[in-house]
Amino acid sequence: MSGFLTDRKRARGLGSGRHGTDHHWKMMVSSLLLGIAVPAFVITFALGLGRPYEEAVAFYRLPLPALVMALSLIVIIQHLMHETLVAVEDYVHGVPGKLTQIAVTSVSYTLIVIGLFAVGKIAL
Amino acid sequence: MADVNRGNRPLSPHLTVYRPQLTSISSIMVRITGIACLLLSPLVLLWLLAASTSVGMFAWVDGLMRSFLGDLVLLGGTWAIIYHMFGRLRHVIWDFGYCVNTDISEKMAIGMFALSTILTAVVWIFL
Repeated sequence: MSGFLTDRKRARGLGSGRHGTDHHWKMMVSSLLLGIAVPAFVITFALGLGRPYEEAVAFYRLPLPALVMALSLIVIIQHLMHETLVAVEDYVHGVPGKLTQIAVTSVSYTLIVIGLFAVGKIAL
Repeated sequence: MADVNRGNRPLSPHLTVYRPQLTSISSIMVRITGIACLLLSPLVLLWLLAASTSVGMFAWVDGLMRSFLGDLVLLGGTWAIIYHMFGRLRHVIWDFGYCVNTDISEKMAIGMFALSTILTAVVWIFL
């Protein structure tokens, strides 16, 4: 029977992650985005931190710092989530692996939403 | 698919049997810094949330983050996120098909360590 299954047929659509190069391509995109998001985030957050309450709030009420923070939350945390998910795929297997992946995903999205809420509350 | 070997294959990351090299260490560091940054991100969010809540909350979180220990953690976090960015950009360069050889990869690894340290220092001294 196995003679009917060519090597190519057996391999198609079955990368080690079962999703071909899709995940790899997405990581490539978000990696490039990091090149802009990380400097923007580090610079604005460094400028915002270390101020008294009124000034810190006033700083994140400015459009640019608020937008950079919101964008960073989405781009950077999502990237770090995928980074962590790959690590989990590599080292945690079976049901614990699946549960860890679900936990990492839900915590990451919760963090993003909490951050967006806070930025919105300050800036708007 | 009887002829497919389903078991007894070598497992993927055999970290323990490899001699540490510049290329492997710099690559492993990308993963570690990535996970570390995700673990540290709640700190930034806590600060932001406190700033959006009240003076009292802000004072507590801000004090925590600007304590000696907080500074140490933030210093590490700054280095980690910058290093991770460079590490990931190196991956993009590789993915585009450039610089895929040991010599340049090792030079890029040294560059990543050096640049992230310099830039972290710049951020902490000037900002």
